[in-house]
Amino acid sequence: MLIRKPDDIPSSEITPESMYVNRRNFISTVAAGAAAALVPGTAAACQAGGPGREQEEPNSYDDITTYNNFYEFGLNKDDPSKHAGSLVTHPWTVKIDGHVAKPATYALEDLLKPHTLEDRVYRLRCVEAWSMVIPWRGFELGKLIERVQPTSRAKYVAFETLYRPAQMPGQRSPVLDWPYDEGLRLDEAMHPLALLVTGLYGKDLPNQNGAPLRLVVPWKYGFKSIKSIVRISFVEDQPPTAWNKANAREYGFYSNVNPDVNHPRWSQRTERRLGELRRRRTQMFNGYGDQVAHLYDGMDLRKYY
Amino acid sequence: MTATTRMRWVIKPIVWTGCLVPAGILVVRALRDDLTANPIELLENWTGYTTLTLLMITLAVTPVRRLTGWNGVIKLRRLIGLFAFFYACIHFSIYLGIDLFFAWDLIAEDIAERPYITAGFTALLLLIPLAATSTKGSIRRLGKRWQKLHRLVYVAAGVGVLHFYWKVKADTSEPLLFAGILVVLLLLRANVVRQSARRIRDRLRLVPAE
Repeated sequence: MLIRKPDDIPSSEITPESMYVNRRNFISTVAAGAAAALVPGTAAACQAGGPGREQEEPNSYDDITTYNNFYEFGLNKDDPSKHAGSLVTHPWTVKIDGHVAKPATYALEDLLKPHTLEDRVYRLRCVEAWSMVIPWRGFELGKLIERVQPTSRAKYVAFETLYRPAQMPGQRSPVLDWPYDEGLRLDEAMHPLALLVTGLYGKDLPNQNGAPLRLVVPWKYGFKSIKSIVRISFVEDQPPTAWNKANAREYGFYSNVNPDVNHPRWSQRTERRLGELRRRRTQMFNGYGDQVAHLYDGMDLRKYY
Repeated sequence: MTATTRMRWVIKPIVWTGCLVPAGILVVRALRDDLTANPIELLENWTGYTTLTLLMITLAVTPVRRLTGWNGVIKLRRLIGLFAFFYACIHFSIYLGIDLFFAWDLIAEDIAERPYITAGFTALLLLIPLAATSTKGSIRRLGKRWQKLHRLVYVAAGVGVLHFYWKVKADTSEPLLFAGILVVLLLLRANVVRQSARRIRDRLRLVPAE
């Protein structure tokens, strides 16, 4: 998929300055990181990392595709890569419904056609206190939202994963309330950082990473980045979300990465960046605070965890 | 071959080897770079799992003795118990020195405020006097008190299972399995079960003699 040539891009689509500077760092990081696998056990000192503060090399393709939480394929980290092969991702449809001007069910190719795919390197921070740096390929969720024209009644965007126990063996046991669902407030969904993703390291998403279409919301815990999406609904009330249903005390709707609000059973103050020897101090909003903090002005993030 | 010879040259070496297999597997996997994307997590989980498994085996020794009448099995209990302590120490050392890299403030906070770590630390502490008094000399010196002290292994095992149960995010099947095994092993010690075991054993012995 080609990046459009400069004269095709209207000024309204020019990336804001702050994002452009970050993206330049990220892309050179991808180029460097794609050439060499990350050396395991690098003895980095405990890092106070953040965007632009030091080069953050993406994790290896191997690590990203063999260490996954995707309970639809099993509960162990290596289960998705072992079992996700059974999932058939083509043909794939995505239903857009709820408070939108044009609800419709799209074939995936038709959903993607108007959008230019771009490469973005994001940190992903799991609620379990490990993290990776991943070069995603996708397009801004906000662009899709603009296209489908939500009405004034739409306050939240709800997402749903495929329900197909015949191909997703984990769905045969009620570990979570299948199908997996997630949601964002409309302004969060419109934020330029929120991506609908179809690829990884420039290749199509492997099944275990959420093929063929997933969400990536890098300032929130990883479980918000729902995989294998089949439905996007625009709703008035805060939608139910799988982990919140499973354990409301431990997993909130917002789930912004926040070192000051611990999980009831473990600390969120530090994280294990895969490939590094020393733990890192977790950054507020996973280091994306300068871009997203304004979304939560005046909100008590301890209450709205 | 006498029972003593068999114990010393056949059975104990086999058990020693068996107890070293979990460590051996980790070494092999490390050499083959097969430690997953999160090696520290793997090492912690593996050593913790091995600790609990060996503890359960030590708790199974007495029921096995009662059911089979093989008194010699008691000689293996200290060996296996000390290996459980060995793996517990490795498990804790990895947490202390590699996972948290001797960040004492974070470690203290974890032990004080994270119930699953409080439980794990407690279980380890409980194992220390057991390991320290495992020698023949201690058994002799402590006499009847030795038995009482070593009942702490039940508490250590229970707290260890709690540590596991409180740690897992959603897959409680393994901790619950250990809990179930622990309950069964403790029940097997109850008097009513002891008597039934003796009766079963006697009846089984009579059958071939007829």
